[in-house]
Amino acid sequence: MSNQLIVSLVVLPILAAAVPPLASLRYDRVGWAVATATALGHAAVAGALAWTVWTDGVVRYAVGGFVAPYGIELVADGLTVLVAVLISAVSLGVLAYARHAGPHTNTFYSQFLLLVAGLSGMAVTGDVFNLYVFLEITGIASYGLVASGPGGRSSVAALKYLVVGTVGASLYLLGVGYALAATGTLNMADLSVKLAAVGYDSTLVLTAFGLIVAGLTVKVALFPLHTWQPDAYADSPDSASAFISALVSTVSAYALARVLFSVFTVEFLVAVPVARWALVGVACVSIVVGSVLAVAQSDVQRMLAYSSVSQFGLVIAGFAVATPLAVVGATVHLVGHAVMKGGLFAVTGIIERRTGASTVGGYAGLGGREPVAAGVFALLALAMVGVPPAVGFVGKWYIVLGAVDAGVWPVVAVLLGSTLLTLAYFARLGERLYFAEPTIAPEPAAADGGESVSTAMTVTVVVAAVLAVGLTAAVPAVDQLLDQTVFELIRQ
Amino acid sequence: MTLDLLATRYNYYAVALLLGIGLYMLIESANLIKKVIGMNVFQTGIFLFLVTLAFRAGGNPPVVTEGAGPYVSPLPHVLVLTAIVVGVSLTAVALALVVRIYSKYGTLDETTLDQLYHE
Repeated sequence: MSNQLIVSLVVLPILAAAVPPLASLRYDRVGWAVATATALGHAAVAGALAWTVWTDGVVRYAVGGFVAPYGIELVADGLTVLVAVLISAVSLGVLAYARHAGPHTNTFYSQFLLLVAGLSGMAVTGDVFNLYVFLEITGIASYGLVASGPGGRSSVAALKYLVVGTVGASLYLLGVGYALAATGTLNMADLSVKLAAVGYDSTLVLTAFGLIVAGLTVKVALFPLHTWQPDAYADSPDSASAFISALVSTVSAYALARVLFSVFTVEFLVAVPVARWALVGVACVSIVVGSVLAVAQSDVQRMLAYSSVSQFGLVIAGFAVATPLAVVGATVHLVGHAVMKGGLFAVTGIIERRTGASTVGGYAGLGGREPVAAGVFALLALAMVGVPPAVGFVGKWYIVLGAVDAGVWPVVAVLLGSTLLTLAYFARLGERLYFAEPTIAPEPAAADGGESVSTAMTVTVVVAAVLAVGLTAAVPAVDQLLDQTVFELIRQ
Repeated sequence: MTLDLLATRYNYYAVALLLGIGLYMLIESANLIKKVIGMNVFQTGIFLFLVTLAFRAGGNPPVVTEGAGPYVSPLPHVLVLTAIVVGVSLTAVALALVVRIYSKYGTLDETTLDQLYHE
């Protein structure tokens, strides 16, 4: 039974994605209902799978009955189910938001479901080439979602995203080709054994590592490969930017962790220190430069986008340190960041609808006018900075402890500094919201009360804010889940 | 030995050339259509690389018949087939976006688009 669960995580949304375009022949606007029913089903499957992994350990499934390493294998361990549950939860949240905020077209929800399928596929696959295919399904669906905005800007942002994203995925494919040349296999578990047999100092293996990591880094949007990301987040509709900012980079970072731990393994990182240091270096540079660029933005959504560049640096640094503590920290921050950043994008959408304000200057004095939205924004921002007891604090704390354990002092220094940098760009907004006089005249949209905001939209962002604090309580469970199923991969 | 390798593995020159030309076009050309073409050339380089991997001297097509072995490896061919499908879908989406950009702004030139943005 559990075997069918893992494959239905992918099959369910793919099949459902075909329904809205077909239904368009007769009905308009059924997309939302189809997507919501599917997302509820997806959540049930993800929950059941999580329960199976929690009680019985790792679940494996050979697609079509072709046994690994010849066939494609789907694998669910603790990290997988966390990501799967996150995908379900964020999908439901975004659907609640999009019910009123739109877009309302059937094709939007078709692409939405394709994106859910692609992300779920990336989460459960145990085959490196299959990962490439799901990476591209995810990519194509997100290019479509970014382009679903009304203006021409969203098309330009989507094309830029497409070109850069395709180069990233192609580099990944080239890396897979090198790994195939070295070992003759594509199955992750099989690769980890055969790569070790080939020898970690082999040029083929090193090149494969470099290309695969470079490709995935483009998708995660670490500096300097982040150039697609600010436009894609800022120029797409709010529902799409909340969904994409919460999940696409997150699942790509998960894929990078999967490649590090399941394919190349920690022994590789130990045997080839330069690979680990390169990854740690890119992550640290990303943390610092992402924050500096975020401080320099005047548009709030672009600031949030650059903040992601910085936060994903943190996550990747945690995975590269690769001690159990750091991996728990990186996982917690991965999930926590998704909730916080998705919530932040959604709440900026609400503020823009109500008041027309979209710039740091425009947020002046909104604390009094929009108490709920401003409160949620401030709470999520503080959680992102890492004020205890928010989940943002726990993630960073574990990563720092792990880095201290491993003696990776540069990471410790950058992590502690990064909290100040995060504070630098969020404190500025907090000051605007609550302590600045509304000096700037209300923007035109505010004159007629702005566009309406539904209760569901408000509830969604409030739930995100509550989760940003409440998820802290789940950290021991995450620790135990990873301990049972993932730590065997990273014990050195 | 090295010289021998350099002289016989000319497929890999073509791979490097295609990857280089594709990436250069994609970055350097201001024309959006040419960027998409560059992206395709880049991907073709990877396809050629994968197909070359499958080759073995004296190998036959991997259709199993009595005494026909040795065969070339069929696995990379399957990968390339899948990757071509992915490439076609990407090109379709990219061209659809280009059409939309052209109908909105009336230009395919990246620098002109930048200027329009800043006005």
